Amino acid sequence: MGSYLEGDTIAAIATAMSQGGISVIRISGPDAIKVCDDIYRSKTGKKRLVNQQSHTIHYGYIVEGDQVIDEVLVMLMRAPQTYTREDVVEIDCHGGVLVTRRILEAVLKAGARLAAPGEFTKRAFLNGRIDLSQAEAVSDLIQAKSDMALASSISQLRGSLLGKIESVREAILHDLAFIEAALDDPEHYDVTGFGEELSVSLTNYRGELRKLIESAKNGRLIKEGIKTVIVGRPNAGKSSLLNALLGEERAIVTEIAGTTRDTLEETITLGGVCLNIIDTAGIRQSEDLVERIGVSRAREMAAESDLIIYVVDGAEDLDENDAEIIQMIKDRKAIVILNKTDLEMKVTAEDLEEKTGKCVIPISALTGANLEAIEAKIKEMFFAGDLSFNDEVTITNVRQRETLKEALESLNRVEESILSGMPEDFYSIDLMAACDALGLITGETAQEDMIDTIFKEFCMGK
Amino acid sequence: MSYTYESYDVVVVGAGHAGCEAALACARLGFETLLFTISNDSIALMPCNPNIGGSSKGHLVRELDALGGEMGKNIDKTFIQSKMLNASKGPAVHSLRAQADKQEYSREMRKTLENTDHLTLKQGEVVDILTDETGKVCGVRTYSDAIYPCKTAVLCTGTYLKARCIYGEVSNYTGPNGLAAANYLSDALKQKGIEIVRFKTGTPARIDKRSIDFSKMEEQFGDEKIVPFSFTNLDKDLTKEQVSCWLTYTNEKTHEIIRANIDRSPLYSGNIKGIGPRYCPSIEDKVVRFPDKERHQLFVEPEGNYTNEMYISGASSSLPEDVQVAFYRTVPGLEHAKIVRNAYAIEYDCINPNELKASLEFKKVPGLFAGGQINGSSGYEEAAAQGLMAGINAARYLQEKEPIILDRSQAYIGVLIDDLVTKENHEPYRMMTSRAEYRLILRQDNADLRLTAIGHEVGLIDDERNAWVEAKREMIAAEIARCSGILLGANQRVNDFLEARGSTPLNTGTTLAELIRRPELCYEDLAELDPERKPLPAAVIQQVNIEIKYEGYISRQKKQVTAFQKLEKLRIPEDFDYDLVPSLRLEARQKLKSVRPHSIGQASRISGVSPADVSVLLVFMKSERIHE
Repeated sequence: MGSYLEGDTIAAIATAMSQGGISVIRISGPDAIKVCDDIYRSKTGKKRLVNQQSHTIHYGYIVEGDQVIDEVLVMLMRAPQTYTREDVVEIDCHGGVLVTRRILEAVLKAGARLAAPGEFTKRAFLNGRIDLSQAEAVSDLIQAKSDMALASSISQLRGSLLGKIESVREAILHDLAFIEAALDDPEHYDVTGFGEELSVSLTNYRGELRKLIESAKNGRLIKEGIKTVIVGRPNAGKSSLLNALLGEERAIVTEIAGTTRDTLEETITLGGVCLNIIDTAGIRQSEDLVERIGVSRAREMAAESDLIIYVVDGAEDLDENDAEIIQMIKDRKAIVILNKTDLEMKVTAEDLEEKTGKCVIPISALTGANLEAIEAKIKEMFFAGDLSFNDEVTITNVRQRETLKEALESLNRVEESILSGMPEDFYSIDLMAACDALGLITGETAQEDMIDTIFKEFCMGK
Repeated sequence: MSYTYESYDVVVVGAGHAGCEAALACARLGFETLLFTISNDSIALMPCNPNIGGSSKGHLVRELDALGGEMGKNIDKTFIQSKMLNASKGPAVHSLRAQADKQEYSREMRKTLENTDHLTLKQGEVVDILTDETGKVCGVRTYSDAIYPCKTAVLCTGTYLKARCIYGEVSNYTGPNGLAAANYLSDALKQKGIEIVRFKTGTPARIDKRSIDFSKMEEQFGDEKIVPFSFTNLDKDLTKEQVSCWLTYTNEKTHEIIRANIDRSPLYSGNIKGIGPRYCPSIEDKVVRFPDKERHQLFVEPEGNYTNEMYISGASSSLPEDVQVAFYRTVPGLEHAKIVRNAYAIEYDCINPNELKASLEFKKVPGLFAGGQINGSSGYEEAAAQGLMAGINAARYLQEKEPIILDRSQAYIGVLIDDLVTKENHEPYRMMTSRAEYRLILRQDNADLRLTAIGHEVGLIDDERNAWVEAKREMIAAEIARCSGILLGANQRVNDFLEARGSTPLNTGTTLAELIRRPELCYEDLAELDPERKPLPAAVIQQVNIEIKYEGYISRQKKQVTAFQKLEKLRIPEDFDYDLVPSLRLEARQKLKSVRPHSIGQASRISGVSPADVSVLLVFMKSERIHE
């Protein structure tokens, strides 16, 4: 979660992530300008940010080697007249999830550290003068951001991936515990020559981690997008709606590649807004989310989602399922779809609007009538700021990748120690670091776990 | 009838390994010290294993010695076998262990105590701690109703509080070795609001040497080269005839007997409620928990030069006497074993060490300190280390000086005490090298360089000894710098030399330090390439070798230490009001209120306090400062 102390240079995405608008990457700390200089190229290629005056804006490019990532405006602000009272650089880019993330990664590569949740605000506070009530607000923010980060780290990391990380970590922990048991009780366990065996295991662990890092890069560990749940009673036309949306030329469907395939999610980009539709498989299979997984689970999913699309069968009277759903979406961002306008309608849009208090869009999934209104509505909500992704998700993706890389580097160092003929106790140092890094993702602490493993698996003592 | 006896500056309760160190430290610093013991004949008693040191425990003893403690000197006088464990591993895990002549150990310590100025030994049982109207310690009361006024007291009661020894269906309400238990003090502590917990440990049987067939066992010798525990001793002065230990194993027959009688074990029948240590399981525990293991190793160790009793390490038990006889006799070499003392389990009261500050002073009772097994630790060395620190800080309390608190980057002692006072402790705590995050820096070989200056500042190390360590430090630095500056060309002479030692020849020039770094070479090997070299003490050469060889790893840990120390230096006021910080999560607030960490660093190690909670704390401490 980063350091508690000011002093180093931190970076993060400062705006909510969006598919269309401008994104801002903020860097703060003593090396902020130097870090940005490393990846910034002016049009002529000659301008150096370190030579520029404070509070100026510079046009140019963010590059990675020779490759241009994006055309940007860079805002240069020197301490102390800045938000954090440190040197601050803000990079305004064209946005888009991918570009923003690549720029953030370039910034981290150039030497900044990913900011901990709420860290900019904390710095603003620690470097400035804020009174007690403001301190309370800052603290609340830190807790909230941290809860969010934790939630996205663990719950959004899909089961199989988490499982893989956990199993690598457990295997490392076992090796570590063996070495430590042998060092603690050398007359009982002998670790001499363990390097050879460990080297073989390391090849596996490192392979696993490399795969995970790759999937973090391509397939993304956590889906970025507006978490959307489609609800409605049986036969309301949920899958017809989805198919209709998918069938539209404007709708781009992406299947998640690689390791997350088994979780079956769909991403639809509607009018430039990225919707991440949860449990599409479920919707398609049984046609009845509410009934299949139960109201409580539906409610849980709805609670986790950023947007609920509620599909109503207009040709039938509303029933107790509908009453249940209407209650569920009461305080949530939701769009109500009145389906089957091709049939004789028993429910009117006005009636439904009154009952739900939400915008109601009458459509026919069958004929495709008025589908564009859905797209328009989502776009409108998004640009009005009613809908936004949880930017912690993207941050979490970057953080997890950085953490996985860290673990991999630690394992590389273990291998180096083995190759250079270091005594076995030196292996532990970096094995422990690898466990610690992976533990940041899975939410576990290495030291206690290791000691538990020693006692559980090795018979120790006098 | 109650009467008042003479006054003392310090009263130490208990003359085990912790109490001896605490009393010696206070008396040596000039304070009139009274040391209570249940029996004057059982001072510095080793009621369990007959050795001092071992993995990470050896580190504790070396550190204690560098600070001016006694244990290292005492074992150097009384050892009968010495061994450096893990000698083929890295220097961080080299661990010194010595077999002690138990009775000699006890006698020598008693002699030292009895000949220390300002120190008085007293046989008796302390039953209550008296406090004045401000709540500070002002005296102790004994079972005979005598009151000893004092300004500070140190509790080192070991395993004696409400002790109960158990084997099979039999239980005795005694301390170890049939010594009287102390049955009143834990209630007195409870009345002061101190949380008492119940722990358990155990010891194996002692067997008559004459009944053992050693031809069926493997002989275990001591090291030829003796490394002293105390930095004040030289290797050559400690040379002596050493005795052997013996290795044998349990077998399926042993395990069968144990399994068949497991229902008669008080650990399994529920007769023992105390929580035992996982690292030192009884033999029945091992058999039950590791059913796939065909045999367990047992070390047969002499208890001293003047006794035939042999300690059966690895076979502690609380099974009934008849089962003990049966299972011990299944072990090769022990077929005709005559048991001199039974194995037994012992249950005792101790405190929740979260009741203590890092200075080992009770939060609730100013002037009252505690060290050793009463704090939920186990082991002679852990006890002695805490006893010394409790003693030093009791003295500093009297001197009205800031307590000495070693942090986790300074000493294993720091790790030990920080773990005890910060973390949740569910079993008797034992030191392990894996508990020390910065173990490459906390080596047993450099304990003097790390801690002598602190011992000197405290007043337990004299000027001469401190000056020698400072001179040593300078010699090491100068020699490392010199080695890094010596350039060697890739010439015939150098390459012939390297090849003769199985080391890769040079392609380009390098430094002497680079060659020392090669695993197959060391400083001493390279004398031929280094004609300018001046003779240096062996202790200096050892440090030069280590510092150069492992420089990369060591500097990495030093960087981590810098980051760690930043957080340790952010002090939290003792009276900080956590209720003023609304956004702390409930669990974190409760934990913080109970532990009352002295620094942000310590706060971050409390289980249940998240990084976000720590950030919140930082923010509030800042705003507190603004408001002041």
